[in-house]
Amino acid sequence: MKPGLSAGMLAVLLAGFAFLYVPIGLLVLYSFNSSRLVTVWGGFSTRWYVELFGNEQLLISTLTSLEIALVSASLSVLLGTCAAYSLARTGAFAGRTVFSALVYAPLVMPEVITGLALLLLFVALGIERGFWTVVLAHSTVGMCFATVVIYARLAEFDVALEEAAMDLGATPAEAFRLVTLPICAPAIAAAFLLAFTLSLDDFVLASFTSGPGSTTLPMRIYSQVRLGVSPQINAISTLMISAVAMLLLAAHLLTGRSAQK
Amino acid sequence: MQNNAAAGAGLPARLGRRLVLIVPYVWLILFFALPFLIVVKISLSVQRDGRPPYEPVFELGDGLVALWGGLQKFSTESYAAIFADRIYADAYLSSLWIAALATLCTLAIGYPLALAIARAPRRWRPLLIVLAVAPFWTSFLIRIYAWIVILKDEGLLNHALISAGLIAEPLHIYATQWAVLIGIVYSYLPFMILPLYNALEKQDEALVEAALDLGATPFAAFRQITWPLSVRGVIAGCLLVFIPAVGEYVIPDLLGSSDVLMIGRTLWDEFSTARNWPGAAAVATVLLVVLLAPITAYQRSQLQRKGAGR
Repeated sequence: MKPGLSAGMLAVLLAGFAFLYVPIGLLVLYSFNSSRLVTVWGGFSTRWYVELFGNEQLLISTLTSLEIALVSASLSVLLGTCAAYSLARTGAFAGRTVFSALVYAPLVMPEVITGLALLLLFVALGIERGFWTVVLAHSTVGMCFATVVIYARLAEFDVALEEAAMDLGATPAEAFRLVTLPICAPAIAAAFLLAFTLSLDDFVLASFTSGPGSTTLPMRIYSQVRLGVSPQINAISTLMISAVAMLLLAAHLLTGRSAQK
Repeated sequence: MQNNAAAGAGLPARLGRRLVLIVPYVWLILFFALPFLIVVKISLSVQRDGRPPYEPVFELGDGLVALWGGLQKFSTESYAAIFADRIYADAYLSSLWIAALATLCTLAIGYPLALAIARAPRRWRPLLIVLAVAPFWTSFLIRIYAWIVILKDEGLLNHALISAGLIAEPLHIYATQWAVLIGIVYSYLPFMILPLYNALEKQDEALVEAALDLGATPFAAFRQITWPLSVRGVIAGCLLVFIPAVGEYVIPDLLGSSDVLMIGRTLWDEFSTARNWPGAAAVATVLLVVLLAPITAYQRSQLQRKGAGR
């Protein structure tokens, strides 16, 4: 007889998920608190949300962040697909070790180092900092995450499928477009979402590489958080959490449907 | 026939394949490798007032004489400062210590959780692992902010504990290294759970059942089967947490007070407050040298995994 889930395991799951979700739940709960004090429940209210939509600076930064995330996630996926394809299909090539080192290092590199290095590069080259320098920074880190996600998918599917297509007369480009790309599509979508989230969430790289006029949302949130606890931040948090929850749900439904096909 | 087709497509195809490799390769060299060389160069420069706030600065049109003059301005004084002032050594050591402690705590919390998910009924697993990683998809700053709200002296935790009559005076956790530790554990937990789950989920449960049938205690079965088979995931998870945690800036800045020394913060202050760019670059270079071994170990572990997977 095989038990479904032992009592101990269930307790571990409950405790673990409580640790992960209680802080987030509290933020959401207190975003509807009409009192300014964190520990006093003053009744249900949406006043912080109303205030939020009157905060023009915040809205502009949100827009900037979304634009940066969109452009850099697209670049990340483009570069990441190329890098993953080369790693998975180009056998041995000169500098392969260096190449994979360059792909894996940014994943763990402390952001202060990457940020400082990129800033010094831009200064040395005389590049004015702004929208595009942030995009560059985010794409560089994002492409490495994208490479790992897409590579995992490429490594597990059978090369014979591509070879069969080419035996049947497809050019390598056609084989890639008609066989490889459709199989990798879910991984590419996941990589895009990952790069998008990383960009939207990044504070350290953005503060090193952004210029006047390209203040991102995390930079605004950061300066507010440093000033102290404010219910407005709870309201932003709740909106961001709901957006992410809906995205994850949509992704789940989409992949679920394609898996059923 | 087929050979002809291949030969016909040969040149553009090979060129395409080259390009597919060269574009990301050049990108990473330009925006990841080259900047580090510049960091090293500036760490050997000297601080000055002006833009940029360091010298020497080389221009393409410089003659040999100017180049030679510039080269002579290089100095190791930033490094000398790091080795002379105890505060830097303290910051490096305390970063390594906090990161190591946080890694152990993350492992202690993440391992049972990953194991429970990996042993849950098969149809629950995808949902459970998504739920365990989902907080990573919400804003990092916001998750840290949540802990400020909870841990402050007048925050939710103290409020709850005092109302329950468990303590009379508020606990001072916020603005100490314990708050920094909690913040790191909380935000890096998904990075630990994912590789652990991947390692544990692949294991054949029959192995443990066989050991139990043969009279092993559950602990012995864990120690001799489950744990050794998951070591690779443990190593990957620990490195994924430890390396970025050493250079963490946001968490000590928001949850720690100014006496919680961490090197990421020292670097930041050096750069933005003191406007000492050579100093910041030297701090970064030394940090990179310190982290070189764990980063190499991480890359090794990733490449090995790929090799084993084939």
